[in-house]
Amino acid sequence: MKHLQEFRDPALARKLLDGIAATVTRDWVIMEICGGQTHAIMRHGLDQLLPPEITLVHGPGCPVCVTPLETIDRALAIAARPEVIFTSFGDMLRVPGSRDDLFRVRSRGGDVRMVYSPLEALKLARENPDREVVFLAVGFETTAPGNAMAVKQAAAEGLTNFSEIVSHVLVPPAMEAILGSPDNRVQGFLAAGHVCTIMGWEEYVPIAERYAVPIVPTGFEPVDILSGILSTVRMLEAGEHGVRNDYTRVVHLGGNPAARAVVDEIFTVCDRKWRGIGTIPRSGLRLADAYAACDAERKFDVGDIRTEEPSVCIAGEILQGLKKPHECPAFGRECTPMTPLGATMVSSEGACAAYHRYARRDLL
Amino acid sequence: MSCPMPLLDHDTVQLAHGAGGRLSADLIDRLILPRFRSPELARLEDQAVLELPPGRVAFSTDTFVVDPIFFPGGDIGDLAINGTVNDVAMSGARVEALSVGFVLEEGFPLADFHRVLCSMEAAARAAGVRVVTGDTKVVGRGGCDRIFINTSGVGVIPDGVALSAAGLRPGDAVLVSGTLADHGMAVMTARANLGFQSTVRSDTAALNGLVADLLRACPGLRALRDPTRGGLATTLNEFARASRVGITLDEGAVPVRPDVRGACEILGIDPLYVANEGKLVAVVPADGADAALAALRAHPVGAAAAIVGEVVAGHPGTVAVRTALGAERIVEMPVGEQLPRIC
Ligand code: SF4
Repeated sequence: MKHLQEFRDPALARKLLDGIAATVTRDWVIMEICGGQTHAIMRHGLDQLLPPEITLVHGPGCPVCVTPLETIDRALAIAARPEVIFTSFGDMLRVPGSRDDLFRVRSRGGDVRMVYSPLEALKLARENPDREVVFLAVGFETTAPGNAMAVKQAAAEGLTNFSEIVSHVLVPPAMEAILGSPDNRVQGFLAAGHVCTIMGWEEYVPIAERYAVPIVPTGFEPVDILSGILSTVRMLEAGEHGVRNDYTRVVHLGGNPAARAVVDEIFTVCDRKWRGIGTIPRSGLRLADAYAACDAERKFDVGDIRTEEPSVCIAGEILQGLKKPHECPAFGRECTPMTPLGATMVSSEGACAAYHRYARRDLL
Repeated sequence: MSCPMPLLDHDTVQLAHGAGGRLSADLIDRLILPRFRSPELARLEDQAVLELPPGRVAFSTDTFVVDPIFFPGGDIGDLAINGTVNDVAMSGARVEALSVGFVLEEGFPLADFHRVLCSMEAAARAAGVRVVTGDTKVVGRGGCDRIFINTSGVGVIPDGVALSAAGLRPGDAVLVSGTLADHGMAVMTARANLGFQSTVRSDTAALNGLVADLLRACPGLRALRDPTRGGLATTLNEFARASRVGITLDEGAVPVRPDVRGACEILGIDPLYVANEGKLVAVVPADGADAALAALRAHPVGAAAAIVGEVVAGHPGTVAVRTALGAERIVEMPVGEQLPRIC
């Protein structure tokens, strides 16, 4: 943390901005995959400082935004059961399901608790042997090792009252889905640094080859993001593709082998529905059959779930980089952080929330 | 704590402690009264009779329900004293007296209650205010969460002082009395098992002395507020709306301790929105800014004071921040509680 200042250094950022302006000769569309990067871009106003040739579009990299409605509705039904202590990260508590959110379930008597890690949920299971503790395990490759570890630990201790609703998603298949779409306009990617810390960046090499795009793993501070954009623009202008790791201070080719091993042991790759986008083959993780006892969705039968998505919401197109939040007719009118219609407005990492919070420059 | 816990018949709160009989008297006489020795309280009447100096009376009440009740840098006790002292002081008043009401849960350890009382005593002494009346209730297990404290305070506003959130004018300077987000992050990191050694401590402190110094140095002071829940962002939005002016913050000038900034980064929380319990925001005319800053910095609780922004005629009702890189963005009113992010 003590080096944070250096990655926000205005002089260094200015130099990178000048470098980008000096390199760019034509229009480019670059997608940052991760909601954390979207947030940083808007918070530091980087979009205002870039040359007009560069259009940044925002990717599906916010786990709260892409968790399918069915999963959320199922979670709400499980959370309402009297024997259940339902645990989740703070961000998930506000996400609207079809008719409800976890905060409302809590206000009606559901035992819903915010935790900061799955191990905290595990502790609750140990301390409350007569209750069922359920953890909502969402996120990308970043949070998967911790959530896998909790299951492994529960199994090792013989805890039978701990289970997870696993709705993990994987980034590379989503990138392929975006690049392979006939409507795609993304020409280069900033890949999410956090994800690469765990998974490394070797998975990106075949994608960069197949679709002939530059992919640059990038961090979350302004200097990281600008240097990622500069590398991407340089490659685009030179007609090059491939992976260039710009986040060498934390990211290595093979990622973190121990974290990958526990994920491989506990979880299995599966097809996964992404909210607003649809099903992407082999883009998710579920519990491996050997750990079915820890699968909350098998443990608690909540019957048929009928979902209702508000029809005006264009979050799916936003998550694929096809549209920007302020192009949604509901943005800032019917849909605000106070009255969110879609998950991209609820999650603090969501693109609509980031625009609503930072980018209404018409007000200035 | 210097004061040893007196020997009592029980070591946890009993329902009978609130029933008005011998145990109630025991609790009040032996545990509570020794901590707040004001002549008004010692009379044990149903009310305190106060002699107030002439002037307008400022009156405020607040109820404290913090979890955890003990956190790095403070506890629910000093928070309850300082919170109300500060609410009264933000009118420019001299704080004269406080009331204290306790709601205790059956089974609450008396040693913890004693610890809370001792820090209330220390906070009241540091603030130079008397606790003149009080009340204690006990509720059954589950009826409240260990301990709730209500405090009310009265103060007298000197003639000529008329602070108001509606009084801002373009050109005014915006100051803060020190680093932001310390309290909120101390409570949040104490609640979270973050897996790193957190050095973040609450900033809970009484600001009445600081306000008195500031008023002396800068009689033209326009508005004061302590940015508690909702943080600086909320306070400035309230100011901008009440005065129908714009406010532009300079992000690089906002003081935040490096460890607090680190904790904010990890949890994905913006320090501008985090609660403070020992800081004030002051708006002063431009020509009073330097004197105000000097007065704040001369006081121990204002040593890290800074000028962080200015009042502008443009974008009325809206707060903007100039980022360190020179871009501008708006600073919204927060929606609900700040929730830590997922990844
Ligand atoms: S502004 Fe609201 S309704 Fe529109 S896309 Fe975003 S979340 Fe959906």
